[in-house]
Amino acid sequence: MTTEALPDAEAALAALVERMRGAVAHDAALVGIYSGGAWLAERLATLLPGAHPLGFIDVSYYRDDYEISGLKPNAKRTSLPFDVAGASIVLVDDVLFTGRSVRAAINELFDFGRPERIELAVLVDRGGRELPIEATYTGTRLAVARDLSVVLSRDDAGTLSLAVEPTRRRERAEPRARRT
Amino acid sequence: MTRNPQLNRNGELTHLLTLEGLPYEIVTQILDTAEPFVSIAEREVKKVPLLRGKAMFNLFFENSTRTRTTFEIAAKRLSADVINLNIGVSSTSKGETLLDTVDNLCAMNADLFVVRHSQSGAPHLIASHLNATGRTHVHVVNAGDGRHAHPTQGLLDLYTIRHYKKEFRDLTVAIVGDILHSRVARSLIHGLTTMQVPRVRVIGPRTLLPTAVEALGVEVVNDMREGLRGCDVVVMLRLQNERMKGALLPSAGEYFKHYGLTAEKLALAKPDAIVMHPGPMNRGVEIDSTVADGARSVILPQVTFGIAVRMAVLSIVAGN
Repeated sequence: MTTEALPDAEAALAALVERMRGAVAHDAALVGIYSGGAWLAERLATLLPGAHPLGFIDVSYYRDDYEISGLKPNAKRTSLPFDVAGASIVLVDDVLFTGRSVRAAINELFDFGRPERIELAVLVDRGGRELPIEATYTGTRLAVARDLSVVLSRDDAGTLSLAVEPTRRRERAEPRARRT
Repeated sequence: MTRNPQLNRNGELTHLLTLEGLPYEIVTQILDTAEPFVSIAEREVKKVPLLRGKAMFNLFFENSTRTRTTFEIAAKRLSADVINLNIGVSSTSKGETLLDTVDNLCAMNADLFVVRHSQSGAPHLIASHLNATGRTHVHVVNAGDGRHAHPTQGLLDLYTIRHYKKEFRDLTVAIVGDILHSRVARSLIHGLTTMQVPRVRVIGPRTLLPTAVEALGVEVVNDMREGLRGCDVVVMLRLQNERMKGALLPSAGEYFKHYGLTAEKLALAKPDAIVMHPGPMNRGVEIDSTVADGARSVILPQVTFGIAVRMAVLSIVAGN
């Protein structure tokens, strides 16, 4: 199914930390996009030098597919317990694919204030962009067929791992009615 | 063949008309969805773009300030456009039928109708009309119809109970007052039953209890002191002044003596019992000020949660 062997998530995280160390401001806030990005942001906060405020973002209300798929269940509470206005922010996500989640996250951040700068750190860049968005820091790159999803999971011990699985779409016997 | 008109062919909520017969999973989905919406009020920009470009029509054939306002705030926090129609002084008084009004508003590209009507079943009629004419992209939310239902109030009551009590499973809930005329009570009873609350008591004078109310799965208690014993949640209902004229009750003073919630009566409930009221409340008629403003009153949090719950309902139905 995969076009190449899956990278080890922990090794990719170590590589990401090496790229960020020395480049990321020592007081930059780390904002993880739920759920994989949130786990990564927590880990990065302990692995990077400096004191990094932590935040979490759920982009459910800013997604561009609400008209097609409706509201995603189990949205989490966006929590940015620092002043976003004037902050230096590193958005953290597990997998960068189309760029649509990152677009949504940037829009959401601006509803909390005007950051001084936003950078993007991702564990895996799988290509396939549909928007002009690129990561500032990348752990590893991976080529995967478009109809597959790259999924990050975390076990009880906190160890991260990557898997590839068929993309889950919301099952709808009947497509959403469109205004004609 | 007959399916629940609130659900689409995929079993998803597309109109909210009543809590009666609404599956446990959907009620839980609404309560879970409401939770993160509470915090949007704390943002710099108190808005999310979910319903951007959607038009919500507040169709209130009966007066209500609080419900209309909280629906309006909910829709605006979701970035929808809100149009308030003052029906009392518009086309219906010139003889237009309800469904003609709806068709005209649909021609103005309405996406959502929030309907309050003195006739039970009016929102149901609109939803069935939209379903039957294939306009499944237009959604109806019942904001109170006659004596029938007020589902968003029932949901915000459930949300408030879950917020303070965490679980529904071991609770004793008392609903006190004019059950007979109360769509709030009816919706809450259905909601509590769906959430498997084991003990629901209705407390009130016989003249204000519907006959065969036990059929809804509740205990009936006429003596308030007896009914409050061991309760986790006490829901007080508003005594509508007009009831006093209909010879259902002797006087407001007499009512307060028997069914008004005082600190002394509340002491019979559990020490951590919460007090709820859908508003607007009549101090000194169904509730004493020391209780209404006391530490166990969650009446104002109910209002705040009501906005989040209405945001959840609007964003779920408009996406289905």
